[in-house]
Amino acid sequence: MKTMKKLLLAVLFAPLTVLAAGAELKLDRAPDKTRDVAALQNGAKLFVNYCLNCHGLSYMRYNRLRDLGLSEQQIRDNLMFTAEKVGEPMTIALRRPEAKEFFGAWPPDLSLIARARASEFGSGADWLYTYLRTFYRDPSRPTGWNNVVFENVGMPHALWELQGQQVMKDHKLTLVTKGTMTPEQYNDAVADLVSFLVYVGEPAAEWRKQIGIGVLLFLAVLLVVAYSLKREYWKDVH
Amino acid sequence: MANNKMTAMLQWVDERFPLTATWKAHLSEYYAPKNFNFWYFFGSLALLVLVIQIVTGIFLVMHYKPDASLNANGVPVAFASVEYIMRDVPWGWLIRYMHSTGASAFFVVVYLHMFRGLLYGSYRKPRELLWIFGMFIYLCLMAEAFFGYLLPWGQMSYWGAQVIVNLVSAIPVIGSDLGVWVRGDYVISDATLNRFFSFHVIAIPLVLLGLVFAHIIALHEVGSNNPDGIEIKKKKDPNTGIPLDGIPFHPYYTVKDIVGVVVFLMVFSVIVFFAPELGGYFLEYNNFIPADPLQTPPHIAPVWYFTPFYSILRANTINFFWVDAKLWGVIFMGLGVVILFFLPWLDRSPVKSIRYRGPIYKGALAIFVVAFLILGYLGMLAPTPGRTLVAQICTIIYFLFFFLMPWYTRIDKCKPVPDRVTK
Repeated sequence: MKTMKKLLLAVLFAPLTVLAAGAELKLDRAPDKTRDVAALQNGAKLFVNYCLNCHGLSYMRYNRLRDLGLSEQQIRDNLMFTAEKVGEPMTIALRRPEAKEFFGAWPPDLSLIARARASEFGSGADWLYTYLRTFYRDPSRPTGWNNVVFENVGMPHALWELQGQQVMKDHKLTLVTKGTMTPEQYNDAVADLVSFLVYVGEPAAEWRKQIGIGVLLFLAVLLVVAYSLKREYWKDVH
Repeated sequence: MANNKMTAMLQWVDERFPLTATWKAHLSEYYAPKNFNFWYFFGSLALLVLVIQIVTGIFLVMHYKPDASLNANGVPVAFASVEYIMRDVPWGWLIRYMHSTGASAFFVVVYLHMFRGLLYGSYRKPRELLWIFGMFIYLCLMAEAFFGYLLPWGQMSYWGAQVIVNLVSAIPVIGSDLGVWVRGDYVISDATLNRFFSFHVIAIPLVLLGLVFAHIIALHEVGSNNPDGIEIKKKKDPNTGIPLDGIPFHPYYTVKDIVGVVVFLMVFSVIVFFAPELGGYFLEYNNFIPADPLQTPPHIAPVWYFTPFYSILRANTINFFWVDAKLWGVIFMGLGVVILFFLPWLDRSPVKSIRYRGPIYKGALAIFVVAFLILGYLGMLAPTPGRTLVAQICTIIYFLFFFLMPWYTRIDKCKPVPDRVTK
């Protein structure tokens, strides 16, 4: 009977095998450094220096960066170039119509990019980690750059001085001009930057998980109490 | 002394309001069968989730702004206000995640609650009206979820609403005007957002609360069914008039349901605190991008609880009887929900519970559940010819389960039903 049931289930679910998905997007796994404060600080520095000219983090206030172990003074001195007050959001001066003229598209706000880019192929961090490492020279593009995971992207390679220049040869990326960083250093830097963007996507995430452990422990104790109560009452039900 | 004062106070109230009588009728002297099993937790859990949704909803409305205009950073105000709740409102992230997880949890417990009805024939006489109230609750819940999903004003909110509202335009002659009437505009816009907000926070919840009240009153009038599908009211103690297999709801089922509540809250907390997106099933990734009326996402999928019906909608690809396939899709999708209302009259089996039903019903129910799950799975994926074919087969199975029910439940070989409930 058991085997009959199993067989029946197998037959019933068999049609699912014809449903396998189509095009695959191959993403490299991003190292998770969201708990590494030094990495997050480095990521913040990279973001402010290389990204914040065009991409805002408009839901993120400068003083929230205290989460990363920085004091307000440190934030003011090292990270705030365009804002007046430390409670201001990390916005950009570039205006929409100008951006449209420069790049053909408005560089999106990146506050939530690490959450929005998640898909069945990998986390948002994986996508960003792959994206920032797979720019290559393409003379057919107006910016001179193209990208493997974001085909015909409007953005030029903002980190090219660090990475150097890659070209696409026989469907493989090769580094033709060296950057100021070795490939290993560059991967590390991108991992820091991506971890920072993951943090920005949900600044309360670490706190949320810590609270969650406390809540579950409380509920576990409550379960013991509730179950004992139930057993005590139900003793006389036959 | 204090006790005397309490009694006096209670008496004062009772002379003006039936407090003690209500307490007795619905809790301490409402007799429920003693053999409830696992499947009987989900009614009280649905009530718990309703309370969670209302309380978290009240706090969300304090900070959320139903406004589609763009703020200084070029982000729709509604979308930005959700992120404001997530970042700047103290504990806002918790309130928001409880509400978003609660939406899915509501459908989980309600689907399990309805499945319990299918297992034990809880919709059969004399509980037809109880089932119909329940079905109206389910309809309200779908409306509530649909209206609420537009509010974050993300890409999926926007385009999901666009797709569903466009369905009314499939109705011949008046369709496109009706669509404009529903949206208040030619596309989903600020007008739509505001009216959906109104429906989500007041209109539907009011109806929902009324229906839940009616559902419980109807339940307490006819009494609960049980896993044996027999009426405990038929065997009463001749002296007290209390059903022999009944136990007072309070304290027995209140203390039991508390255990269920704690277990539920543990599962709920694991999602809220450790996986609030639940892999994109509870919060879709695309919805972290603000709504953009000029950029249609390549793949628009509703949240998981609508996907079985979305699959039925998409499975209709053939124009027949001079009627457009899209309209057939809408008709069958609607019929897929409406047919559940008629379950009490479609089922002609002499027994209620699956325990005493014959192999035909057991097999039919198993195939139905699998077809429903496959439809749900397919509804989340982009259609391909192979998937559409599977969805068409499952759609036929879905409807055959109901259309053939009067016949196969009658010819099924049922087992004898005991007089008293079993363990």
